[in-house]
Amino acid sequence: MTRTLIALIKRDLNLAWRQGGGALLGTVFFAVAVVLFPLGVGPEPNTLARIAAGVLWVAALLAAVVSLDRLFEADHDDGSLDGLALLPLPFSLVVAAKCLAHWLASLLPVVIISPFLGLMMRLEGDALVALVLALLLGTPGLSFIGAIGAALAVGLRRAGALLSLLVLPLYIPALIFGVAAVEAARMGLDPAPHLMLLFGVTLFAVVIGTAAATAALKFDLE
Amino acid sequence: MSSFFAMGGYAFYVWSSYGAALLILGGIAIFSMVRARQASRRLEELKRAAPHRRRREEAANGA
Amino acid sequence: MHRFANPARFQRLASIILPWSDVLTAGLLVSGLYFALFASPADYQQGETVRIMYIHVPAAWMAMFSYSVMAAASAASLIWKHPLADVAARAAAPIGAGFTAIALITGMLWGEPMWGTWWVWDARLTSVLILFFLYLGYMALVNAIDNPAAAVRAGAILALVGFVNIPIIKFSVDWWNTLHQPASVIKMGGPSIAPSMLLPLVLMALGFHFYFVSVLLRRMRSELDLARVRALEDAIALNSEEAAA
Repeated sequence: MTRTLIALIKRDLNLAWRQGGGALLGTVFFAVAVVLFPLGVGPEPNTLARIAAGVLWVAALLAAVVSLDRLFEADHDDGSLDGLALLPLPFSLVVAAKCLAHWLASLLPVVIISPFLGLMMRLEGDALVALVLALLLGTPGLSFIGAIGAALAVGLRRAGALLSLLVLPLYIPALIFGVAAVEAARMGLDPAPHLMLLFGVTLFAVVIGTAAATAALKFDLE
Repeated sequence: MSSFFAMGGYAFYVWSSYGAALLILGGIAIFSMVRARQASRRLEELKRAAPHRRRREEAANGA
Repeated sequence: MHRFANPARFQRLASIILPWSDVLTAGLLVSGLYFALFASPADYQQGETVRIMYIHVPAAWMAMFSYSVMAAASAASLIWKHPLADVAARAAAPIGAGFTAIALITGMLWGEPMWGTWWVWDARLTSVLILFFLYLGYMALVNAIDNPAAAVRAGAILALVGFVNIPIIKFSVDWWNTLHQPASVIKMGGPSIAPSMLLPLVLMALGFHFYFVSVLLRRMRSELDLARVRALEDAIALNSEEAAA
């Protein structure tokens, strides 16, 4: 069973990388979105450091939403979702594996480049560490909550704008706790309690996201 | 009476609030009523146009 | 045909309830307005603007109440596949969105004279705004799906996901608010409700509930009628095709 799941994740990762680097597009989007802020707000270091956590987190949420439409769309269009439903393992595990693959392909790169963009936004020392930790603990939840929207909007025309309306309000707790962790570290406080709340949000997202996305896709397959 | 409408200088805020509520609730109520009437009228038309289905419909209605 | 059995009974029940709920709505709202606008004193702190509260607070209650009805109907629709529950969830959304919009608008109209600004990122207004987006998302999703059965199921899942997330969102927003506590604000509504405020508040809130019942039943009726219109139209189309062949 584990082997099937790993094979499934590998397959999704291969697909994500093969489509002309489609997976990296979200990451590039993240970088460009962050770079726009110093150009819009001005390069004053204190201002940038003050807004850095919020800007980086909002850009990460948007990068997640932008990459969501590919989560189930391709498998739905070519009918391989039906095949996946027939695998000898619970369909919810298949859905969870696809969410995990989405995180690995689309959001882990965002976490990896985030310290560089954090430096450009004048975050330093502990705040920078807190930022990377917060994104690492928080972004998996974005994939799982986002899967609900992606599953509900699968097969719809113009799913993109609809997806952002469905998913972004549900991202608010992750945004609030994630930014709070970075801000606490920037003020010289301990970010650990915020990170734990954030991780709690992520765990909740894994449970609810898997269950709801599975239900939505099952109805779609019927 | 005019002191009542002046609302202690807050006339704009108080009356706008009540006006907005009236507009939105009234709008939804009227829209829903018009739609309900249109739907039932269309249903009657179709029932008359397809009389062979009428008996089954009535049986289902328990009439 | 079993599918039509329940809706038929519902149509009869609705025609019994509707006159009563209409009369109760009108009576409660008229007497509520009388107490809200004439027969209650101005607040010693808020002055005449306290009268905005008689709309704002019940509307905010109804915003949450409507979402709960939507979520309960969605759960019933997913578990028992009850055709009435499908229709109820879909019919409740625009009413709830309307109440949410009223709560937002009156909140802003109260904020300008009291806080000196149209919008304050206070925990309550922010939560209501997010609730408004949840309603909009639900309605957008249900309207985007052409097949009525699929639309209802997708909407039901989204409504339930939103409902279990509301406490978490509410908690995070409250908590965010304490991090960024603004200098001095008068607590909106708050626990200290003067007795003179209670009567208009209760009357308006009850009036809004009966309004909800009346409009919900009407909307459910037209949804059921439209479902039968679609079925009949399909049957007619099928018949003429057979005749042609």
